[in-house]
Order: sequence, then structure tokens, then C-alpha cells
Amino acid sequence: MTDVAEATGPEAQYRAYLAEGRFMIQKSRSSGQYVFYPRVAEPGTGARDLEWVAPSGLGRVCATTVTRQRPEKGGDYNIAMVDLDEGPRVLSRVTGMAPDEVTIGLRVEAYVDELDGAPAVLFRKVEGAQ
Amino acid sequence: MSHQLRGKAACVGMATTGMGEAPGRSAMDLMAGAVLDALEDAGIPLAEVDGVFAANAVHSMASMSLSEHLGIVPVISDNSNVGGSSFMQHALLAATALEAGLINVAVIAYGSNQRSAGGFQGVSEPLPYEAQFKPRNPITSYALVTSHYLDRFGVTREQLAEVPVAARAWANLNPEAFMYDKGPLTVEEVLAARMISDPLGKLDCCLVTDGGAAIVMTRADRAKDTRHTPVHLLGAGVAHYHRMISTMPDLAVTAATTSGERAYAMAGLRAADMDSVQLYDAFSINTLLFLEDLGFCAKGEAADFIKGGHIAPGGGLPVNTNGGGLSCVHPGMYGLFVMIEAISQIRATLDGAPAPRDAGGWVPETKLALAHGNGGVLSAQATTIWGAPDTV
Repeated sequence: MTDVAEATGPEAQYRAYLAEGRFMIQKSRSSGQYVFYPRVAEPGTGARDLEWVAPSGLGRVCATTVTRQRPEKGGDYNIAMVDLDEGPRVLSRVTGMAPDEVTIGLRVEAYVDELDGAPAVLFRKVEGAQ
Repeated sequence: MSHQLRGKAACVGMATTGMGEAPGRSAMDLMAGAVLDALEDAGIPLAEVDGVFAANAVHSMASMSLSEHLGIVPVISDNSNVGGSSFMQHALLAATALEAGLINVAVIAYGSNQRSAGGFQGVSEPLPYEAQFKPRNPITSYALVTSHYLDRFGVTREQLAEVPVAARAWANLNPEAFMYDKGPLTVEEVLAARMISDPLGKLDCCLVTDGGAAIVMTRADRAKDTRHTPVHLLGAGVAHYHRMISTMPDLAVTAATTSGERAYAMAGLRAADMDSVQLYDAFSINTLLFLEDLGFCAKGEAADFIKGGHIAPGGGLPVNTNGGGLSCVHPGMYGLFVMIEAISQIRATLDGAPAPRDAGGWVPETKLALAHGNGGVLSAQATTIWGAPDTV
């Protein structure tokens, strides 16, 4: 994996951060808007003043599904989309609970862990949150 | 003043081939066969074709492969691919090229033997930032949107199940539909079907069939001496807001809102003017979203709108009258079949039934029909409005 200093394009930079265990998103200096997924410019304005920032990692589940799969193939797994507090939406998985117990509106936090051998941004329930 | 493209191009020929199962025939066999059948239907010789529009999951340069196969040297050769709605976009581009005088006879074609060849064939590359989590697209994306929609508007799976139930009721009237002789469907059966990706069960999902289709379009002046009464393209609009589902701006609002506005503006018509409505129902949720986004009811109210068989045979609004992607045919990309059903309903009014259907399968007095296409993961939306000559 290329390290952050050597990575040139935004996708390579994102993956280099991820390899360091860090979930980073972009923010436009001029508009203040947060951007995910990583791009060369802010969508709509074309502003090329995106800089990397660490999001709070907090968000709320806005959609969730259970991908049904036979146990011998690994069993059911969750796929959810999370609206980050900063605005952008992320597709990922909510872990640490049964895949069908993930509900819309659930408060979650991001963490970086390996998924099938590659670093990934995953989410888990924020205990005690509303 | 009306839009300069309004009514200027017309569909004068159409055909489907290998609907359902077509073992032993390739995608090209089905696509090229449909083109020849559609030209025969129009009474136009192959040598007059100078515009070729095609897309499928097999041929990366479908219009080139199709032209080679049939020996056409096209003036316009277009493979533009926005998924299942490609063919509505082709109709808009064909109408533009016809009106500009670049071409005189356009064919729009599709073919797939996916069912006989072993199952669903996608055209999509793995999507960056999503593929790692192993979504089973397209269904995962549609399931996510469905979960959001049901939660946000307090709609139940029972209410959603009215969509496949109505589609089956239409299919039961259409001998060409894959589920024609499979009997009616009940809400209970939809709910009891194997869950694929919550909250979508097997019967919320479209069929996986084979099938080829083609239409022939020409300018209205050329259309006067063809075999059938021309069915005019009154309006067309395309729009997309996203490619990946995680980037869809509002999970309950598709770009059909914009494509519909554009098509209605060109046609000078609105939803209430339509005699029949054909919506690309890859999954049950599509029908609810498109009824709302195309202005047939308000956002969040489609479940109420369709209850009591309102979109089923004998209901207030005939929707997906061939049986839809859910119960008629869905060979990977279904858009051309959607347009053919809209055009067929109008032709049935003008020239008599183009094919046998059970009583009620042809909607009497259909002169205006909407055909809406969907591509990707609720991404590329394309709306076309077709009309009888006296609506131009």
C-alpha cells in the first residue's frame, strides 16, 4: 500500500489513510461542504480546494438490508447506509449485532478494521445513544 | 409554442422475439431477428435503415455488432448505455437525428439470452467505495431504498405487495407474459416468498428471462405510407442524479422527477392526461417511486394510491399492462419492452389488437401512453410520452 505522502490522487490518498487505520473525508475550503466519496473537486461547484479532514465518525442509519446467504457460504450479513453527522452518506456494514436488528435511525460510529483482508470503514452501535 | 421535437418522429414498426425462454438462440439472434421483424411490421426495407441504436449486456459496442450482422452502414451508430433506460434515451436521440435530417429510418434494438445462458447478466463494473462490502447489486441498492421508503412513510410490506399482485393480474391477461398461465398472485404469497435482501422477497423482484425487441422510428412525413398507423413520440426526457446508491441525493426521490418534467414539458401534457402508464418495475418499490415522481400521486402516498386494485385490470389507472418486469418479461434490460407496451396499447386503439390478449388486456381508447425507463440502481431515468396521430 502506498503511504499517504506518496499517494497522489484522492482515491489513493483515501486508501493510504485507511491503511493507517484512519477514516478521512474531504472538505471544500471555500464552501465548507464535506465530500464523500473522495473526488478531485467538490461536485456541483467544481471547486478544487478539497482538503482531508477527520470526521466525527458519528452518524445515523438511513437504510438497511440483510443480504440473505446460506450458512455454508458464510450466512446472512448486514449492509447499511449511514448519514454521517457531517452530511455525506456512506455505504458499509453495521457490525456487533444481528444483521436484522439494525434499524433505521440507529446511532452508529465508524471504526476501521479489516474486511476480507483489506482495511474498511465499518460501523457499530453507539451504546446509550438515542 | 410547442417544442420542435414534439410529435415529429413516430414509431412505425415494432417486434419482440424469444420472450421468456429462447434456448439455442444468442443475444444477437434475438436482437437482429427483432430488427427484421420490426422492419417487416413497418413495411420498410432493411436497406433504408441509416440510424442504429442498441445496447445490451453482451456486446460492448452493440450498434456496431448489430450493423455488421445485418449489413447496415449507419449514418448514426449509437451504443449509449444508461442501463435499462437506454432505449428511451435512444428514442430521444433518434428523434433528434431524424428531425435534423441526419437520418431517415432509425432502429432501436435489444437482445438477451441471459436465462438460457445461465442467469442474470449485469453490465456494471464493481462500484468503488461500495464493492468491498459485497452488495449484490442491483438488489442490495433497491432493498436499501425500500427499507428507507417503508420506514419514512410508514408503508408496510403488505401494501408494497399490491404492486406484484397487480402486475400478475395484468400478466394473466397476456399470453406473451412469462407468468400468463401461472395463476393470480396473492399478498400472502408475496410475503411468504423467500427473502432475498430484506425487505425484498423473491416476488418483489423482476423475472430473469430471455428476450429481444426492436422498434423502427421515422419522421412523421415518411410515416404516412407505412403499414400501421404511426404512434408519435410527443415528449422525452432523461435525467440522472447518481450512479452509486450511496450518492442518491434523497433516497425517496428519483431523477424520474426531472426526466418526467422534461418529457411533460416537451409534450405539453401532464400525468392526468395519460390513458395508460408503463413503468420500469425491476423491483416492487419502483412502481411506488415512479407513480409519485411522475406526478400520478404525491410523495409518500403511492401505497394508498394503488390499494384496492387501482393499478390492476379494471382499476382507475392501467399500469404495466403487459404484466411488467415482475410478471411479463425481464431479460436484463427491460426498457425497450416498456416502450413497446406503451406503443402497442395505442396501436390497439388505432389498428386493432397487435396480438391476442384476454378480455381487458388491451385498454380501450388508449391514445396517450407514458413509458418510463430506469437504469442502474434507480439511477438513470428516462420518460417518453407516445400518442396517436390526432394527439400531435
